[in-house]
Amino acid sequence: MTTVTEPPVTEFEENDQKPVGHGRMLRKEDPRFIRGKGHYVDDVQLVGMLHLAILRSPVAHARIVSVDTSAAEAHPKVKLVVTGAMLAEKGLAWMPTLSNDVQAVLATDKVRFQGQEVAFVVAEDRYFARDALELIDVEYDTLVPVVDVRKALDPSMPIIRDDLDGKTDNHCFDWETGDKAATDAVFAGADVVVSEDIVYPRVHPAPMETCGAVADYDSIDGKLTLWSTTQAPHAHRTLYAIVAGIPEHKIRVIAPDLGGGFGNKVPIYPGYVCAVVGSLITGKPVKWMEDRSENLISTGFARDYIMRGEIAATKDGKILAIRTHVLADHGAFNGVAAPVKYPAGFFGVFTGSYDLQAAYCSMTAVYTNKAPGGVAYACSFRITEAVYLVERIVECLAYELEMDPVELRIKNLLKPEQFPYTSKTGWVYDSGNYEPTMREAMRIAGYEELRREQAEKRKRGELMGIGVAFFTEAVGAGPRKDMDILGLGMADGCELRIHPTGKAVVRLSVQTQGQGHETTFAQIVAEEIDISPADIDVVHGDTDNTPFGLGTYGSRSTPVSGAAAALVARKVRDKARIIASGMLEVSVADLEWDKGSFHVKGDPSKSVTIQDIAMKAHGAGDLPEGVEGGLEAQICYNPENLTYPHGAYICVVDIDPGTAQVKVRRFIAVDDCGTRINPMIIEGQVHGGLTDGVGMALMEMIAFDEDGNCLGGSLMDYLIPTSLEVPDWETGFTVTPSPHHPIGAKGVGESATVGSPPAIVNAVVDALKPFGVRHADMPLTPSRVWDAMQGHPSPSV
Amino acid sequence: MQVTMTVNDEVVTKEIEGRELLVHFLRDDLALTGTHWGCDTSNCGTCVVWLDGEPVKSCTVLAAMAGGHEVRTVEGLEQGGQLDPVQQGFMECHGLQCGFCTPGMLMTARALLDRNPNPSEGEIREAISGQICRCTGYASIVRSVQWAAAEQAGTRVVTPKEELRA
Repeated sequence: MTTVTEPPVTEFEENDQKPVGHGRMLRKEDPRFIRGKGHYVDDVQLVGMLHLAILRSPVAHARIVSVDTSAAEAHPKVKLVVTGAMLAEKGLAWMPTLSNDVQAVLATDKVRFQGQEVAFVVAEDRYFARDALELIDVEYDTLVPVVDVRKALDPSMPIIRDDLDGKTDNHCFDWETGDKAATDAVFAGADVVVSEDIVYPRVHPAPMETCGAVADYDSIDGKLTLWSTTQAPHAHRTLYAIVAGIPEHKIRVIAPDLGGGFGNKVPIYPGYVCAVVGSLITGKPVKWMEDRSENLISTGFARDYIMRGEIAATKDGKILAIRTHVLADHGAFNGVAAPVKYPAGFFGVFTGSYDLQAAYCSMTAVYTNKAPGGVAYACSFRITEAVYLVERIVECLAYELEMDPVELRIKNLLKPEQFPYTSKTGWVYDSGNYEPTMREAMRIAGYEELRREQAEKRKRGELMGIGVAFFTEAVGAGPRKDMDILGLGMADGCELRIHPTGKAVVRLSVQTQGQGHETTFAQIVAEEIDISPADIDVVHGDTDNTPFGLGTYGSRSTPVSGAAAALVARKVRDKARIIASGMLEVSVADLEWDKGSFHVKGDPSKSVTIQDIAMKAHGAGDLPEGVEGGLEAQICYNPENLTYPHGAYICVVDIDPGTAQVKVRRFIAVDDCGTRINPMIIEGQVHGGLTDGVGMALMEMIAFDEDGNCLGGSLMDYLIPTSLEVPDWETGFTVTPSPHHPIGAKGVGESATVGSPPAIVNAVVDALKPFGVRHADMPLTPSRVWDAMQGHPSPSV
Repeated sequence: MQVTMTVNDEVVTKEIEGRELLVHFLRDDLALTGTHWGCDTSNCGTCVVWLDGEPVKSCTVLAAMAGGHEVRTVEGLEQGGQLDPVQQGFMECHGLQCGFCTPGMLMTARALLDRNPNPSEGEIREAISGQICRCTGYASIVRSVQWAAAEQAGTRVVTPKEELRA
């Protein structure tokens, strides 16, 4: 079977020792956080600031008959009450979504999901604003809600989006990829075909900080300053300019510290627009901060794909083709945040890490009376769904062939010589060396010993499961020839300025939500120009002080902005070289760069440091011909391709046969994210994603009752892992640098969220093998596991 | 109504509404914004402060109930310009990412070490189990608390990296 190999490199230890550049450096942002001095949106306090609260629909689908705000307006502490009808008069009742659909800022005609925004109040403090909501009287004429996604297209169903001209059903879009005829032909001739219905339920990113904004409109100079919980400040600014008609140079979007994002803070929410309108009308700063329930019931959900997976193979386990049909629930408005040519995000990578002959996917997306959203929760634009599908269906194949799941995967993994590899759905995988990553995970896990232990336990009737998943990610969106969001190309700017004394400031277009950009971007620049990271200030999250770019989501900061930071530092170094040639009176070609200095080739004693050069660049005296003073540069980086990190995960679970409670005993994650910048931060990113995986696989689901009431509207109902549900993570790594990224880095922010759910579900299903279980849907709560043990894997949703 | 309490060793007296939550009193009235508001239902623990030395969720305590009592927040952890070992531990062991749950975690960790200077991994996990972190996966928080326990006991082994920094 499989053998165990030696660990790869000791890069971690090397990184640990490096004082400058790539290495395990403590985070520059931490000193403020550990003192309680982080500065989040709700910490913004402005003189005369008012507070905004939103009235939300209690029902999922209803026509609005009337809205009476008179009692609320009469409240002595209330400054403003606004309804959808009032916004309609200003042309602001609807706003575009990131998918070229429209979404109501405040409902005018109908409410289309429980929790939809109906009116808002601005008052002197947050308590009075909430009080006044109780005084607004809305009369609803309730309609039948469309809750079951499988019935959304039935002709008997009411039409949710009657606001769209000529809409006669609840169809949102169709999409397909791959070659249907070729795939059907391979399936027709295959020895083995395995099919399974696989549901990825609706979940929610639920960052610990909810969404909110403080809008401050200065009516004298016409400038709007908006502090908001946004992962994409520049894209938001442009959209506000387009929607609200405020000139773009008169809008400043500031994303201060964000208490987590995970994709939840990519869209523009109605509350942000309400805060802006509130400030425009009152002339005062207005704060809106949603509560947890509002966050869970109204902001961007994730997943909600019902998938039919089919796999064709030879009887000895050579995978030939994968075919799938997906029914996608998009809620009441199509609010998916993905590049416009990719309505299903990057789901097209559902062929996974395997060498196939053919693949095909068809998808039908529908509207339902649920909150909008669709891409969120650290998913790399739907790669979570794609990887879950392929890793579950491959596992089903292993079950049918009675093959070890690792052996089946290794037999079919892409080989290093096949890269760059063009998948059957047209994705060009930039690089990969998969088998060593799989074997490293097996080595750490002690895979064969685990299988022996499992065999012994099975004899005793104990339920132990070992789950394996191998994933390939596609991150760093993206090349502007293919990718844009609402017409904005997905390139990112970076500006580097070296001050006269040799200290530096680097300005980014991306926005950290905990990923540690203030540290890692200083390290990237430090590696290139050998200025200590401590002497490099990283500025981000403020549109007035940073170059344009599309922000942080889809694990794009390191692959896109990280590349920009490296290249802008090289551009500065190139200029420094010319200045150094003047200082040392030699030609540029006669200079060598080493440890922060240029020296004359063959004579290291003749050298100037980057600090000397910086002073010269800003100082008196002549510079070489054609060289401007100063030492700074700016670039805009357009990625050539996506980067393709990969990883191998192994999960070990024990199930209590009496209660069906799943305990994750061990989890081994081996990630290959190319060149590693700060191993400590990478490990942290992986740990967080693995915890997300435990949540989704075992606990989390946003469910609805038949009336469309959200059943996951608080953290009492929507369960998130605590320290007691997760094990002490075991991580490892391999390094396969990206060939097209300037430093070979690939990004890692979402790898673990993508890779862990199938590993955990595969482990649970493996534990249930004695019961003849081949599949059971997430979340694998005790009741679902119990049902599976009784021979009734739960129907989902 | 008027309320008087001691917050981080200072006596404060304020006019408040009877319904005002302690978390809002600390944040909005005293500008101690290190204490966060995350869920309303006592599940997330971003609002944990000490009331007479015991960790409580300040979203479920009325400011009026804290009248006459001693409150300590994350801003009161650092003493005389010296970071508490738990604060150092979280920095050293990457016990935080976005920082939003961190103040509550630090208050719970300090309280744990005051009661139990040498907690096991299981005891640390139990102590922080009423608090949610979406970023770290908890393992690094456990290590951070262990770091602090060793630091204050004087049994911590200094890493080569720390020697480099020193």
